[in-house]
Parts: sequence; structure tokens; C-alpha cells
Amino acid sequence: MHLDIVTPERQLMSAEVSMVQIPGMEGDMAVMGNHAPTITTLRPGVLTVTGSDGVEEFVVTGGFAEISAAGTSVLAEQAVPRGEAGTEMLEELLASAKEALASADDASKAAMGQRVNDISDLMGRMG
Amino acid sequence: MPSLKDLKNRIETVKSTRKITKAMQMVAAAKLRRAEEAAQEARPYAERMNAVLSNLAQGAANSPSAPKLLKGTGADETHLLIVATSERGLCGGFNSSIVKLARREAQRLLAAGKTVKILTVGKKGREQLRRDLGDHLVDHVDLSEVKKVGYNHAASIATDVLARFSADEFDVCKLYYGQFKSVISQVPTELQLIPTTFEETEEAVSVSYDYEPEEEAILADLLPRSVATQVFTALLENAASEQGARMSAMDNATRNAGEMIDKLTIQYNRSRQAAITNELIEIISGAEAL
Repeated sequence: MHLDIVTPERQLMSAEVSMVQIPGMEGDMAVMGNHAPTITTLRPGVLTVTGSDGVEEFVVTGGFAEISAAGTSVLAEQAVPRGEAGTEMLEELLASAKEALASADDASKAAMGQRVNDISDLMGRMG
Repeated sequence: MPSLKDLKNRIETVKSTRKITKAMQMVAAAKLRRAEEAAQEARPYAERMNAVLSNLAQGAANSPSAPKLLKGTGADETHLLIVATSERGLCGGFNSSIVKLARREAQRLLAAGKTVKILTVGKKGREQLRRDLGDHLVDHVDLSEVKKVGYNHAASIATDVLARFSADEFDVCKLYYGQFKSVISQVPTELQLIPTTFEETEEAVSVSYDYEPEEEAILADLLPRSVATQVFTALLENAASEQGARMSAMDNATRNAGEMIDKLTIQYNRSRQAAITNELIEIISGAEAL
């Protein structure tokens, strides 16, 4: 299966992989070849790519993924290899999410709260 | 007739000007390469985004609950024009041509009795628009400290614009920037941001996707992102166009300086020879008189 990981600033990855684990908005999903065409939004989390040369992990902060017959493309707002992801980036993100939560109206409050939770969750996993 | 010393000074001045313009041209060429690369690397994201969105939007456009960003407010009264120009001058007609396009649109709207608000990105456009449309400027984004335009800059502009939109400050939003075609051609371009429009993609085969969460939630999440992406693309195009325009402007300036030096050198030599001939005539006629 072909996988593209792109951010607005550059293309991070374009390769043949066997499986990718996507942190979807409604739960993680593992995608392999011949997956049903799906579009899902991403929550802040870790994206795991299993390819021929081992497992690679990327920290993504949001965006969406498009899974089609031609392959999978992950369009991430921000994506960095796990090793390079500093806590600073996540702290900044958490601060802005909390700010958004504080000023959110009732309709978007739940989504904002979810985002804050997701980010702190991710920070916990990163150590 | 300027004296020999004056001419010599002139030639020296023009020579040092030529050195400066030559250096600027080379700097612009190097920056242009980097700007072009940045624009190229951003392309896959923008293209995918556009493809997915237009697919989604086609389905949602006719539904009554379509997001406001997609179908607009229903009114056409207040227009927000975002004019993206450069922070520095000396790049030929680059800024003026963008401003000209935006100004024409602003005047057309004003003549039709609409309200016009202008948001400027980049100092040069603001300076030019302040003269006659100063009352309509609502905000300015300063990128003069920014070395390389990043997505976060575009995102913060988009957030600001979207906040204004949800506060009902405008109905239609258009973005003006210079599209990079080549070093000698930058096309001032108008792009409607809100309500969102899509380039028609040829591969508009409607694959039936599963959506997670449901279609409209995704659309509501993606539309603001797409505004940021479009702003980002425009800023990158602008950066490349600016350097391209500067490069050709400086190339022209360098060539003109060269021509001027040649002309002045000829003039200098002529007057030097004339002075020598004069002296000789004086000596000879003095000798003859004896």
C-alpha cells in the first residue's frame, strides 16, 4: 500500500508500507492494503508506520487522512518523527487548546475539551 | 559641459551602483531558488486538500445545513480584501500591480454601494493603499521580521479572518497576491476565500467514502484548514514572485548602469581629447606668432 504523509510545509514521507496506524478522531485505526475508502480527521497522537524497514513513529497534531484504492494520504497540520518531537511543541499546543476551550461557546466546548484531553494524553505517553 | 573631474566622479558613482544592483540580483536569485522549493514542497498538501474538499463540498453544497463558510452568509454587502504584498521594495512593478488589481476591485465595489474592508499583509501594499483607501484599512499583518514564511503565519492570518467572519464583519473575502509563473512573469491574482470556491479537479470521480466522524463534521473541520492552506499557498507564491520580480528588476538596473558607464566613458574621453587638442592649438599658434 502506498502511503504519503504531507504537511503544509513539506512532504514527510512517500513510500510503500504494509500497515499504518492512524490516530483517528473516533479512535485509532489500523489501515492495510485494500481498506475501504475512508476519510477521517486526526486527533493529536502518534501515527505508526510499519514498512519493510521496521516501524516508524510520527507525532501528529491534527489534520485528516484519506484512504482510497490508490493509497493512503495523511494530511497533518504538523507532523514530526517521534524522536524529534520536543515537549515544547506539545506544551505550546496544549496552551493554545486550553485557551480555545476557555473562550469556546457551548456548541464547540465538547470538541475543545476533547482536544485538551488528547494532547495531555499524548504528552503523558511521550513522557 | 561638465568638467573632467565631474565626469570621473559620475562614472565612479554609477560603477558602485552597478555593484550594488549586481549583488542584489544575485541575492534575489539565491532566495528565489529557496522560495520556489518551498512553494513546490507545499503543493502536494494543497492539491490533496483541494481534491478531498471539492469532493466533500459537492455533496454538501445543496444541503440546507451546509456550513456558512461554504455557502456564504447569503448577503453580498461587506467585502474583505486581503492584499498580500512584499515587505521590501526594489522589486519592479510587483507590489504596484497587485495593489492596482485590488484597488480596481475596491473602487468597483464602492461604486456599487458596498462596504469595503482591507487587510494588508506586507508593508509595501499598505503604503500604497493608505493614500486613497486609508479609511478602509482595518488591519495589517507585519511579516518584516520573518525570514521564511511558515504555515503558522498563514494559520494565524486565517484564524483572524475566520474570527472576523464568525463575528459577521464581512460577507465575502478575497485574497490578492502575485502568482509566480517565471522569473520574468508574475501574475497578480484574485482568489475568493470565503465563501470557499474550488478548482475543478479533473479526477472528480465520486468515490463513496466512509466518513469518520460524519461528513458535515469533517467539512466543518476542513474548511477553516483549507482557508489557512490557501493563504499559505498565496504567501509562498508571493515570496517567490517577489524574488523573481526583484531579480529581473535588478538585472535591468545592472544593464542600464553598464550602458550609462559606457556612455559616460565615451563622453569623458571626448572631452579629454578636446582639452588636449585645445592645448596643442594654443602652443602651436603661440609658436607661429613668434
